[in-house]
Amino acid sequence: MLKDQDRIFTNIYGLKDKSLRGAMARGHWDGTKQLLEKGRDWIVNEVKASGLRGRGGAGFPTGLKWSFMPKESDGRPHYLVVNADESEPGTCKDRDIMRHDPHTLIEGCVVASFAMGAHTAFIYVRGEFIREREALQAAIDECYDAGLLGKNNKLGYDIDIVVHHGAGAYICGEETALLESLEGKKGQPRLKPPFPANMGLYGCPTTVNNVESIAVTPTILRRGAAWYTGFGRQNNHGTKLYSISGHVNRPCTVEEAMSIPFHELIEKHCGGIRGGWDNLLAVIPGGSSVPCVPGAQMKDAIMDYDGLRELGSGLGTAAVIVMDKSTDIVKAIWRLSAFYKHESCGQCTPCREGTGWMMRVMERMVKGNAQKREIDMLFQVSKQIEGHTICALGDAAAWPVQGLIKHFRPEMEKRIDQYTANAMAHGAVLEAAE
Amino acid sequence: MAKLKVDGKEIEVPDHFTLLQACEEAGAEVPRFCFHERLSVAGNCRMCLVEVKGGPPKPAASCAMGVRDLRPGPNGEPPEVFTTTPMVKKAREGVMEFLLINHPLDCPICDQGGECDLQDQAMAYGVDSSRYRENKRAVEDKYIGPLVKTIMTRCIHCTRCVRFTTEVAGISELGLIGRGEDAEITTYLEQAMTSELQGNVVDLCPVGALTSKPFAFTARPWELTKTESIDVMDAVGSAIRVDTRGREVMRILPRVNEEINEEWISDKTRYIWDGLKTQRLDRPYVRKDGRLRPATWAEAFGAIRAAVAGKAADRIGAIAGDLASVEEIYALRELMAALGSKNVDCRQDGAALDPALGRASYLFNTTIAGIEDADALLIVGANPRIEATVLNARIRKRWRMDGFPIGVIGEKAELRYGYDYLGAGPDTLSGLIDGSVGFAEVLRKAERPMILVGQGALARPDGLAVLSAAAALAESVGAVTAEWNGFSVLHTAAARVGGLDLGFVPGEGGKTAAEMLTGTDVLFLLGADEMDFSAKTAFTVYIGSHGDNAAHVADVILPGATYTEKSGTWVNTEGRVQQGNRAGFAPGDAREDWAILRALSDVLGHRLPFDSLAQLRARLYAAHPHFAAVDEIAPGEPADLAALAKKGGKMANSGFASPVKDFYLTNPIARASAVMAECSALARNNFKAAAE
Repeated sequence: MLKDQDRIFTNIYGLKDKSLRGAMARGHWDGTKQLLEKGRDWIVNEVKASGLRGRGGAGFPTGLKWSFMPKESDGRPHYLVVNADESEPGTCKDRDIMRHDPHTLIEGCVVASFAMGAHTAFIYVRGEFIREREALQAAIDECYDAGLLGKNNKLGYDIDIVVHHGAGAYICGEETALLESLEGKKGQPRLKPPFPANMGLYGCPTTVNNVESIAVTPTILRRGAAWYTGFGRQNNHGTKLYSISGHVNRPCTVEEAMSIPFHELIEKHCGGIRGGWDNLLAVIPGGSSVPCVPGAQMKDAIMDYDGLRELGSGLGTAAVIVMDKSTDIVKAIWRLSAFYKHESCGQCTPCREGTGWMMRVMERMVKGNAQKREIDMLFQVSKQIEGHTICALGDAAAWPVQGLIKHFRPEMEKRIDQYTANAMAHGAVLEAAE
Repeated sequence: MAKLKVDGKEIEVPDHFTLLQACEEAGAEVPRFCFHERLSVAGNCRMCLVEVKGGPPKPAASCAMGVRDLRPGPNGEPPEVFTTTPMVKKAREGVMEFLLINHPLDCPICDQGGECDLQDQAMAYGVDSSRYRENKRAVEDKYIGPLVKTIMTRCIHCTRCVRFTTEVAGISELGLIGRGEDAEITTYLEQAMTSELQGNVVDLCPVGALTSKPFAFTARPWELTKTESIDVMDAVGSAIRVDTRGREVMRILPRVNEEINEEWISDKTRYIWDGLKTQRLDRPYVRKDGRLRPATWAEAFGAIRAAVAGKAADRIGAIAGDLASVEEIYALRELMAALGSKNVDCRQDGAALDPALGRASYLFNTTIAGIEDADALLIVGANPRIEATVLNARIRKRWRMDGFPIGVIGEKAELRYGYDYLGAGPDTLSGLIDGSVGFAEVLRKAERPMILVGQGALARPDGLAVLSAAAALAESVGAVTAEWNGFSVLHTAAARVGGLDLGFVPGEGGKTAAEMLTGTDVLFLLGADEMDFSAKTAFTVYIGSHGDNAAHVADVILPGATYTEKSGTWVNTEGRVQQGNRAGFAPGDAREDWAILRALSDVLGHRLPFDSLAQLRARLYAAHPHFAAVDEIAPGEPADLAALAKKGGKMANSGFASPVKDFYLTNPIARASAVMAECSALARNNFKAAAE
């Protein structure tokens, strides 16, 4: 279990003072100027050495991403954009950072902006996050008042942070759709290449990072990459905020070391599975976009990028959705399909047409009103979407369905059998089709 | 140049090529819906997926990926792309299935049938049965104007129409609202589009969602005879294809001509065809007792012979109209010469253009394609948007590339691009010459400045002085050099440059068009309808196709052919000689105009020396060799402009006004068209028609 002194987010539950003074008392904003004085390359290399991988779901090495930014400006400004459009079902870590520990994020913005030569950082906050935005804005105002931000500040590096409020579309969490939205356009993902590091916000070099990725960097720099690599397995270093929801006794968001076994995570922080481990049906270990894993396989799973990938799933945002045996798993996945259908931007064909198709077939699967061969068809349709779209929303919509078919096919077939057997009982024959 | 292998075939293509272009270069066909060469890349239909070796294990959209984004193999071998692998086939079949699940199966009643991209590609990538058991999506149709019909259930969301209207047409009235399955193309509040280029979205739409409203349910594309021809609605001379069934023109479509219209045509060009069928003069008429009565050709010719008999040559005149072809103007000129008259004119509006000043003085010397090379533009007395819509799209194209300052003297109109408004009239022009107007500096600094002079600046009493001043400005800012001629006259009449090339202007002591109305005893009007005939005193012979202004006041009417009913030569504003072809025959007793003039010459005792169009052309080419070089431009002499610049003259104070008051009603054919009338009423009413 992670020791208290190793926690980066010391006020994730909001029990302590979240003001600038409180944050400073807990060690934030300590020696930020000295960190900046060590230079851009040192920061990027230190983040690279720490093995920090993007916390927004894809797990791309953060230091490497920063190093893609041009070293010298060609006349265009550089931008840091923080993706605080946390809309993934099950995920609720970034909001806690913004609500209760906003100074980790603000300090991270300063450090990251410095590391990529950006003088403006935009924080794109999800539309529904009203209080989070207020808390974040209040903290930023505090920093301006304290002379930590703005022109000629105490840190010796001009930096402005702008909080932008989204309008509540899930797709705006996709980095290029977020940039479009930030530019005032309709939130639709852009074609890549060109990548944002070359042509991002307003056509300028831009890096888009998750809130958590940015918020952890100052502490990593202060305590050293070696400290951070002390947690977790090779390639999966560091600490991570896990948000555990669903059928556990005490759902929570908790900072833990990477590569913690699932069993330990649940027992230590969530008071175990509701009704005991034998009652565990399935787990979606990384937010709604990753395939579900049956409970039996999940118990000993290692909670990190590689460990979950071996199980055919992924760490995603580490939003663990636990489902016990009272769950109608088909209906649960149908709900996710409905979500993706509703959130598809409609730009490219497979996602626009496919998500609706999948949802409608799933709707029938919930009742069992389908043919067994349609399960294979559903799988094929999901494969026709996956990998054929502009952005990853198509993939995200396909994976939960694929996970369901892979692990719970007998359950789906059972329903179809039941429905067929009871076909007469519903009086279906007598109902004339008008 | 980049080297790559497509399906094992090694090719070399320019760096800026996309994979799709490279594949086509290699001879591999790539299906597509959203991609269009002249629009920005959307990459949203996902039909053009190809496999890239060494890339991610998923297919790539070939329209959106450049060849320079490809990485070479581990040993430096050229990157490989495949278009026929099982992965590609499966991906395209998947996309096709998705496109079809919500596309209605209404091909039998769809006007796009037979020329539908979706239909064609479904033959290649579709399967024979549907796995989709759910209900299909239905979308409400939208009103987007009187020209484009919508059946939005058929829409596949390729957004070509949205990209065309925003990028080429320059309006932001069409867009995609909603998201996911519920995304819909609409004009937001269901108002009519205001662009004069909107008809092109019908061609761009790969399915039957946007179809031609006037053409709805009238014909199938495969039963139409296609004739390639030239448009005469403006002086641009867009390349068109006239589709006929029997002798009836069913529709008009654009052809590709990179030099002129790329592949766009204006709405007037496209939707004029119903005007070809109404108000037609299909037999000769002779005025008796104040009323026009049907007559035979012999009676009509007899009446003309009686009128001409005994008249002095200088009391006979002829005016050529705006749609006349070179051949008939030539025949009329020969006839008038035989009669001994010098009273000929092809400038109904009295524009101060004269072939004696040299050909450079009345051509669009820059050429239309040349606009893209210019780096500054001054528009004097023109509204290119309504005078030459397609040419205006070219200006907008250049403007979008950046670094193209545009100044306007004349009316402050919406031109679909940003410009500096400099002033209303000649004062500003003088100010540019003496440098007191700031834009002069812009022109002077430009390497290839362009000065576009419209008829609004020339068709006025001080027209020659304005023309001379414009030439002087062009000389002073370096717009006319050995390599670059930036002095460009924009015409509005298709016949004008041909008429000027033929020298169809008053000879020594001859009368101008306006003078002829009252100053002659017998007046021949060759399709000339754009004048005020209220004060006319002469005995008038009207040779033309439509019962319009001139026919109403004529004493004898000889029914002629429209531009789709004759083979003729027209010279566009650039001086480009182009030949149109006959798509059908003129109605009733109507004849081709050159043949009428030939027959008339016989009656008048001055038989013209040709019996066929070929003979006429042979004589024409002998006298004016440049007409033989079809699709070519015989450039004007820059020296003529230097001489013109020295002419000088006093300019009046009044501002320039475009001669085109109503874009939709500029000629007899357009005025006979119900579709044009509807568009005109809508435009007059500021596009406020209610969508029922």
